[in-house]
Amino acid sequence: MATGVAAATAGLDLGGVMTTTVESISPRSRRGVELLLLIIAIGIVLLAWVTVDLNRNGTVPANIVPVAGGLVILAVAVHLVLRWRAPYADPLLLPITIVLNGLGLVMIHRIDLAGGRLGTDGNAYRQVIWTALAAALAIGVIVVLRDHRLLRRYTYISMAAGIALLLLPLLPGIGQTINGARIWIHLGPLSFQPGELAKIALAIFFAGYLVQTRDVLSLAGRKVLGFTFPRGRDLGPILLAWVLAVLILVFQKDLGTALLFFGLFVAMLYVATERVSWIAIGLVLFAAAVAFALTAFAHFQTRVTLWLDPFSPASLERSDQLAKGLWGMAAGGLTGTGLGAGRPWLTPFADSDFIFASLGEELGLFGTIAILLLYLLFVERGIRTALGVRDGFGKLLALGLSFSVAFQVFIVIGGVSRVIPLTGLTTPFMSLGGSALVANWMIMALLLRISDQARRPLEELPVVGASPPATGPMAGEETQVVKLP
Amino acid sequence: MSELTLTLLRLGLLALLWVFIFSIVGVLRTDIYGTQVSRRSQRKSRKREEKSKAKAAKAREKAAASARGIPVGVAAAGAAGSAAAGSAGSGAASSPAPSPPGRGRDRGSPTALVVTEGPLTGTSLPLRGPGILIGRNPECALVLDDDYASGRHCRIYQGGTSWMVEDLGSTNGTFIGRDAHSRDRLTTPRPVEVGTVLRIGRTVLELRD
Repeated sequence: MATGVAAATAGLDLGGVMTTTVESISPRSRRGVELLLLIIAIGIVLLAWVTVDLNRNGTVPANIVPVAGGLVILAVAVHLVLRWRAPYADPLLLPITIVLNGLGLVMIHRIDLAGGRLGTDGNAYRQVIWTALAAALAIGVIVVLRDHRLLRRYTYISMAAGIALLLLPLLPGIGQTINGARIWIHLGPLSFQPGELAKIALAIFFAGYLVQTRDVLSLAGRKVLGFTFPRGRDLGPILLAWVLAVLILVFQKDLGTALLFFGLFVAMLYVATERVSWIAIGLVLFAAAVAFALTAFAHFQTRVTLWLDPFSPASLERSDQLAKGLWGMAAGGLTGTGLGAGRPWLTPFADSDFIFASLGEELGLFGTIAILLLYLLFVERGIRTALGVRDGFGKLLALGLSFSVAFQVFIVIGGVSRVIPLTGLTTPFMSLGGSALVANWMIMALLLRISDQARRPLEELPVVGASPPATGPMAGEETQVVKLP
Repeated sequence: MSELTLTLLRLGLLALLWVFIFSIVGVLRTDIYGTQVSRRSQRKSRKREEKSKAKAAKAREKAAASARGIPVGVAAAGAAGSAAAGSAGSGAASSPAPSPPGRGRDRGSPTALVVTEGPLTGTSLPLRGPGILIGRNPECALVLDDDYASGRHCRIYQGGTSWMVEDLGSTNGTFIGRDAHSRDRLTTPRPVEVGTVLRIGRTVLELRD
């Protein structure tokens, strides 16, 4: 009888040779951790702010109280809204955003001091206002959008909006060419870079579109050299995205934006279909476009020459921006000159395109690696959200948004540090410029919303009513027939 | 401002930045959610078997009466188990194992749901808290890869004092009972107990304690 008892208990977990136990683990909401990290984040930003003025003037800045107050109000406001509307949202995204945004602000303020722009004349003042506006919009997204799946309804509206935003700078009258790239629009006193918002709209469109068509895109095709290549007629969407990228390349002369959008589409296509051939096709198409641009436009040839040989006399004569940025970072060494003690303003665009080089000079290698790690952690949280969320649309959207941030960081910082040719894109959360800031805060808000859905315990999710019983044995079964070759 | 203070500020800022990063990583390490799938190898489960043998022996001394309810089928499988644990495992899974109702410690409250037939054979889910949703949707606790299962097929939940099973309007139905001729299709929520067998498409589930 004893063996019998043993077998009965063993039978419980001895179904096969391997026993698999599936348990769903519900997370804690972790809002307290977020508050703690926010305190450290605000501490970092305030310490940086004070260091700048101590290094420049030897005094604690007079505006430290309003700056500290504003920062605390902003962080606590978003935090409280999260407690109210998205209690299970990821606890790390907001503190990381505050640190990145704050360090960017400090550096812009620091360049202001060097340029003699004080008070309301300063770029930092405008950036503070944009930060407040961006945070308000992020709060709006979290409050209004209760479920990210609602965005799926606007798949094709998003496509139209995204393409319109991308092509807006080409319109005569409002479009404006700044520094060789036509990516700005001017409406009265406001200037805006609509490409930044197009990023979000297109990510929503790609997610909605791919979640619908991925079966066709991933199953059908023929096998050549170990790759399964898609059918000719399924190539339509990628060709359309490519044509759009080429249009941006030709008419706006902006390699960065074109690369970002095309890369975003190819990455989401790859994730949706799990087919490496899409990446191969994308790379070939993009290489063709770049080769064409290189032969057709002098603008791109200059960029490549500057990238390959920034220190040659001919290059320095043309543009010494890249070289100065590199020298600046070299001057910073391991621990940097200290905020306010270096000379980052010597580099043109030290507070926008080259803000990473400026921070590299004053925070050193330790500081820049820390900043890169913060971006890495931000993107990791986004991808973790994509893994955790239960619906396909949310997965693709979270992945697309995080990938866009990651890819943008790569394009900008890769350009500044001479990994790839320099192209004008903003460093997420840091660069001077309102449109980029607003767009990135909205990306963070969307990721928070999706992560709330992903992490929320199942019993707290609204239960959708059971569907009415079907009559036939297979009635109501949604079956898609895909013809295999 | 002295040079020393400025240096301390500069290094302090970097240190704080890294403290921030390490606290984030610390949070990451403990922030686990989603579905955890743990696999136990044969050796480990054999160890468990020995452990539970010892436990069972103790339990037998304590309450000999409770041992009466051991099903015949499993006892046979257990006997084979000492010779070859692997075949015993599959034997336990496929043989018409546990509790015919009305014997021994039956009518107990089940604590686990075990898949005994179908592609997921061997998977067990602990029954606790709000219950289990079963179906093809990835949101389900038990995700069936079965063409005959619906997205949200059925759920097992705590209704009052016992666990209940409810069909969520599935296309092909949830069947209760072991034999092909005697099982019936669920139309209303029904209480389940240890030994209840559910069939969904090609998957057979059993409630165990």
